[in-house]
Amino acid sequence: MAMIKISHDKCTLCGTCIKECPFDAIEIKDDKLYINENCTLCGLCVKVCPEGALEKEEKAAPRTDLNHYRGIWFFAESREGKLTPVAFEMLSGALKLKESLGEEVSGVVIGSGTEGFAAELGSRGADKVYIIDDESLAHFQEEAYALAMAGLIEKYLPSIVIAGATMMGRAFIPSVAAMVRTGLTADCTGIDIDPGTRLLLQTRPTFGGNLMARIVCRNHRPQMSTIRPKIFDEAPVSRDSKAEVVNEPFDPSAVKNRVEFCGRQKVENMVDLQESEVIVSGGRGMKEPKNFALIKELADALGGAVGASRAAVDAGWMPYPHQVGQTGKTVKPKIYIACGISGAIQHLAGMQTSDYIIAINKDPEAPIFRVANLGIVGDVFEILPALTRKIKEKNS
Amino acid sequence: MNIIVCVKQVPDTFEVKIDPETKRIVREGVESVINPYDNYAIEEAVRIRERFGGKVTAISMGPPQAEKALREAVAMGVDDTLLLTDREFAGSDTLATSYILSCGIRKLKDFDVIVCGRETLDGSTGQVGPEIAYHLGIPYITYVSKVIDISAGSIHCVRLMEDHYEEVRTKTPVLITVIKEINQPRIPSLKGMLKAKKAVVSMCRCCEMDGEKCNYGQEGSPTRVVDVWTEQMQKDGKKFEGEPEDLAGILLNELKNLGVV
Ligand SMILES: Cc1cc2nc3c(=O)[nH]c(=O)nc-3n(C[C@H](O)[C@H](O)[C@H](O)COP(=O)(O)OP(=O)(O)OC[C@H]3O[C@@H](n4cnc5c(N)ncnc54)[C@H](O)[C@@H]3O)c2cc1C
Ligand SMILES: Nc1ncnc2c1ncn2[C@@H]1O[C@H](COP(=O)(O)O)[C@@H](O)[C@H]1O
Repeated sequence: MAMIKISHDKCTLCGTCIKECPFDAIEIKDDKLYINENCTLCGLCVKVCPEGALEKEEKAAPRTDLNHYRGIWFFAESREGKLTPVAFEMLSGALKLKESLGEEVSGVVIGSGTEGFAAELGSRGADKVYIIDDESLAHFQEEAYALAMAGLIEKYLPSIVIAGATMMGRAFIPSVAAMVRTGLTADCTGIDIDPGTRLLLQTRPTFGGNLMARIVCRNHRPQMSTIRPKIFDEAPVSRDSKAEVVNEPFDPSAVKNRVEFCGRQKVENMVDLQESEVIVSGGRGMKEPKNFALIKELADALGGAVGASRAAVDAGWMPYPHQVGQTGKTVKPKIYIACGISGAIQHLAGMQTSDYIIAINKDPEAPIFRVANLGIVGDVFEILPALTRKIKEKNS
Repeated sequence: MNIIVCVKQVPDTFEVKIDPETKRIVREGVESVINPYDNYAIEEAVRIRERFGGKVTAISMGPPQAEKALREAVAMGVDDTLLLTDREFAGSDTLATSYILSCGIRKLKDFDVIVCGRETLDGSTGQVGPEIAYHLGIPYITYVSKVIDISAGSIHCVRLMEDHYEEVRTKTPVLITVIKEINQPRIPSLKGMLKAKKAVVSMCRCCEMDGEKCNYGQEGSPTRVVDVWTEQMQKDGKKFEGEPEDLAGILLNELKNLGVV
């Protein structure tokens, strides 16, 4: 069994590891260091031990055929007959990996009515595009998409597969990983290639955004991750290069009698927050539902979308799809304007990587100011109307 | 109808703070709680039973003290519990965790609906649910915001996508992962709490399951955490106080500089 090995002769019981362990897994028992069941083998203790008394024992037989796996794949997400921005972001991430790895970059398109996708991906730098186009794939269904993707992976053996950590990606990529029996790191905020081992280094926040972890998948292929939207810029249309196209059939009978789509409910004013360049968010400081009009007006004036803290959503002032944060959406707009939001860690987890953060809060000590590029200490009810008016004056 | 709900015990990160001086996680007084998202799963499982009849079993994989989370589930109306606990399970990533849970669920034999939370607080991958469904060979639906009906071996529900909702239908047995929008978890009643106190949480060790050991724990986990660190997100931004009109002016200027006005 894998575990953390303690060299008791080196251990001075200094307690550093006990303090650092995020999982409360280390204690002193009978004057000896003891690692209890809470241990997740994260290895932080090994890193912080000043005496080098801790060591992580690795076990797991390496698979023999890793070298058969080559190529960097990205899932080219599409919706309603169009590639989504996240598809181009993933392409950009894949191209970045190509710089260090030198392997071919291929996009995977799954859906129905995908004409033109391959050319578009090619012109943005994809070397190859695998297309599974079938009527039965017109509407996203976890299992059908997962089967399609897993089939491709098993046939062509890529070494890396990345996808956006969108609702779609997060919904079906886990079963792809389970189907091909490999590891999957969710919600990465960074990916890189280790120059020595050529392994994919996957960085992601854990523990409610309090801790960052680097994860590798050593002995299984492909190495898979979902990556948060807006971590990479979209790969630009740069060349008149063309991608090689590989069309693959899909057998819909495999998912017959599985999940069946029965209709869409479009919601009024429901914007895709993750794709907005400007987000104006309101929190409990907005006091009343009707005051969200101030947020909406500013958002409209800036061509942006409306977000909300959980407190505002729980109070029923905004519907849940607008919630930003750990329980809601993770966003990374160019500009995030937080109005009357205190900046609880769970809220920050969803927006702190925004390019530019503006906070308006009357409490100068509000934690939101710690992540803000521009902090305005003041009353939202005075500042928002004044600002919106100034913008309108300027625009007219 | 047999309903299973997957519940994880997590440290309450709501309480977790980073000490700005030492950059360490302040853990003093941090309690373990039911993964907040799993409260919605438990509530939905209980509501499904209330609507369609049957029995709810809460299952968890974790250290022996996760027993407490299962007791809390009983207080919320769950009928039965099963805790999968063994040193062999330590270090499991989502693939191994979902495998172990699927072995535990198989032991429970008949089931119609498995309910999972959207994700956990500590791992927050949202992977365990879909992976359990794969191991069990059953269909699954993620981000369910409403269960419309379950009848005649079929489930009909609404699920959230990025910018719209979709109605979907499939046959049971099925696994669903639920979002916060689906319900308002109940506060345990006095009767529930008494029941929880008396409840016997069945424990199941690795040797009592039919799974293959090499799929458990670290051995069954393709991913490895190779490094962990805390990140200070401190940005040394500018901060202004003053008259609203002036402050709005500063904002306008900055928005101009940023090119959105
Ligand atoms: C498991 C879990 C998950 C969570 N997930 C999320 C999540 O996804 N997203 C999220 O946002 N939260 C989440 N939370 C909740 C989070 O901890 C906070 O409770 C929440 O973010 C607070 O929202 P708020 O900032 O709007 O409200 P408050 O914390 O009440 O802050 C209101 C702020 O408004 C300011 N204010 C008041 N009046 C004015 C005024 N007139 N002008 C200017 N400023 C004013 C106040 O100074 C204060 O700072 C989660 C919590 C838990 C436990
Ligand atoms: N150890 C566990 N025991 C029981 N259920 C779990 C466990 N880990 C995850 N789950 C379930 O899977 C969901 C998603 O978890 P995760 O993939 O870790 O984000 C949770 O909301 C739980 O319903």
